[in-house]
Amino acid sequence: MAAVTSRGQRFGRPVAILAILAVTLIFLSPILWIGATAFKPRAVATSVPPTVFFEPEVTPFVKLLTKRVQLKQPVAPEVYEAAPWWEKLVYDGGERVLKVGDEPQLSQYPNRFLNSLIVSIVSTVLAVSMGTITAYGFSRFKIKGEQDLLFFILSTRMLPPVVVAIPMFLMYRQFDLTDSHVGLIILYTAFNLSFSVWLMKGFIDEIPKEYEEAALVDGYTRMQAFFKIVLPEAATGIAATAVFCFITAWNEYAFALIMTNRRAQTAPPFIPSQIGSGLPEWTVIAAGTVLFLLPVAIFTFLLRNHLLRGVTFGAIRK
Amino acid sequence: MARIELQNITKTFGHHTALADLNLDVADGEFFVLLGPTGAGKTTTLRLIAGLEKPTAGNIRINGIDVNDWGPAERDTALVLQQYSLYPRLTVRENLAFPLKAKIRNTPPAEVEKRIDYAARTLRIGHLLDRKTDRLSGGEMQRVSIGRAIVREPQVFLMDEPLSNLDAKLREAMRSELKDLQRRLGATFIFVTHDQVEAMTMGDRMAVLNNGRIIQVGRPHEVYNNPRDTFVASFVGSPAINLLNGHLAANRAVVKPQSFELPISGAPASDGPMTFGVRPEDIQLASGAPVEARIHDIENHGIEKIVTLRVGSDLLRAAVPARLEVKVEDPVRFGWDPEKVMLFDAQTGLNLRHKAA
Ligand SMILES: Nc1ncnc2c1ncn2[C@@H]1O[C@H](COP(=O)(O)OP(=O)(O)OP(=O)(O)O)[C@@H](O)[C@H]1O
Ligand SMILES: [Mg+2]
Repeated sequence: MAAVTSRGQRFGRPVAILAILAVTLIFLSPILWIGATAFKPRAVATSVPPTVFFEPEVTPFVKLLTKRVQLKQPVAPEVYEAAPWWEKLVYDGGERVLKVGDEPQLSQYPNRFLNSLIVSIVSTVLAVSMGTITAYGFSRFKIKGEQDLLFFILSTRMLPPVVVAIPMFLMYRQFDLTDSHVGLIILYTAFNLSFSVWLMKGFIDEIPKEYEEAALVDGYTRMQAFFKIVLPEAATGIAATAVFCFITAWNEYAFALIMTNRRAQTAPPFIPSQIGSGLPEWTVIAAGTVLFLLPVAIFTFLLRNHLLRGVTFGAIRK
Repeated sequence: MARIELQNITKTFGHHTALADLNLDVADGEFFVLLGPTGAGKTTTLRLIAGLEKPTAGNIRINGIDVNDWGPAERDTALVLQQYSLYPRLTVRENLAFPLKAKIRNTPPAEVEKRIDYAARTLRIGHLLDRKTDRLSGGEMQRVSIGRAIVREPQVFLMDEPLSNLDAKLREAMRSELKDLQRRLGATFIFVTHDQVEAMTMGDRMAVLNNGRIIQVGRPHEVYNNPRDTFVASFVGSPAINLLNGHLAANRAVVKPQSFELPISGAPASDGPMTFGVRPEDIQLASGAPVEARIHDIENHGIEKIVTLRVGSDLLRAAVPARLEVKVEDPVRFGWDPEKVMLFDAQTGLNLRHKAA
């Protein structure tokens, strides 16, 4: 395709690139904004008009990760001098880091972040693996009422999940699943499963069944054929599905807010909860948001080759 | 090694009957060809034997043992598919080794090497061994998939049009090599094709299928010389047989509408309307021959010419020596070999002089 260069394309190219740059900038601007805010000094963060050039500092990140209290009186110079660099940054802001003995106390953020990771990763693995196996079944075997079953699976996506939030909450309380990792994992797996089945079915349908049949005739069991032939072929689809499932679970807010409050609380409800108390520390919230963006960015980046092929997979052939 | 029997096999897909009451008995070590037009049920037959499909009714026996409940792995057949026959992502060498590495075979590495080496030499794919299969040409892929069957040393080779993607020259070479291979291995081959030349040249015996039914089974020359009906007659043989409508009158064939009359030998089976079949090589052009015609078309095939003759509204094809000088629209005279003319029932198309083999 690229080999054919018509006159229109030669002139069109720079224009297209400019247009893409402009759109990208527009879409990225909130992220750039929050990214900049995370490194701003506190006073600069809310200045009007906004400051574009400033001396970046990591204080917001230190504050994000530590438990602090206001200083009642200025810190003694010898204590200040003895403190490590990050503690000095906190002192500079008129606060001190809480400690138990000599151990600085971590804020709740790392814990919430970890909760997000656990819940998202486990639910993604579950949804994708269950989805893949189910999709394989639907794709390769004659199943009575296949169409109806597939529609039923899809129908679970047809109403906004929040509609069932209250009954779900009551049910969860009954089963003692509120504020637990298991509870959220079950929930997110269920959310993603229908999506995963449908997406994976599309991918597996595209893999010629002749490959497995050849393996069957060659002396492999269906299970071995599935692992040796189908899974490697479906890798692209699995990667694409996993990214989508992970993003959904990672970003989920409403149920996390309702179902969890402490032990299993994930980052999305936690971050805004920090706004509420007193004067919001926008830079700290921005720092929390920036860290929160990282896993999805890294995950997507690692799987980018698969994703590109995965996203355009069906489109090319139909 | 392996005798394959299909007994009253019926296979339906939903409301569509792919195979209807099929009976086949393939002897051990036989090169058996399944010939038929597209959709006849050839691939389905192979898949049933390989165990990839279960028959709707009937039994499949291998060496006299009913294998209906056996899975594909247990049947020890090697299947060379029409397409998608190679494992993607694997190199040619890995493809060849794949069946040997199955748990049920568990071949020692030295033996794997030996067999790959043998297959590569036989099929001349040694230079491809370390290539990825998605970069191979269609012909190379087919040779590799035949190789994957050879390394197995199976009881039965099931081949589904394995030569269809090869160019004419390689195809000819592979025909004799496959035939040779089959003799050397002494294995049973069931070979599917819709190319009647392949069927004629390779098969010990052949079955002609149409619409899920076996029309005729026999040695190639029997089928060629003694077809059961007009379908077989016209499917087997290239250029195709001439089929002419007419009726019999006192040992003479009268071809309608009033184009010509020629003798036929042997007692006529019946009077009334019928279809005469005569192969192009049984029509002779000669100056003293009984019927006048004009040359409608000429195809030069090198060793012979196929000329199309026009008599009234009928067209007939005749094979003549290449050195015969003729031009389109030349008047010529022709006759036929009265011994070789076939008689078919005009309604049913059945050969009226067919002798059951
Ligand atoms: N899985 C299937 N589901 C439904 N119909 C099928 C299936 N497999 C085959 N058929 C039908 O059965 C008939 C026989 O098919 P088959 O593939 O055996 O033909 P074939 O003789 O191999 O033809 P070709 O020369 O085109 O390969 C066809 O009408 C086909 O449409
Ligand atoms: Mg076929």
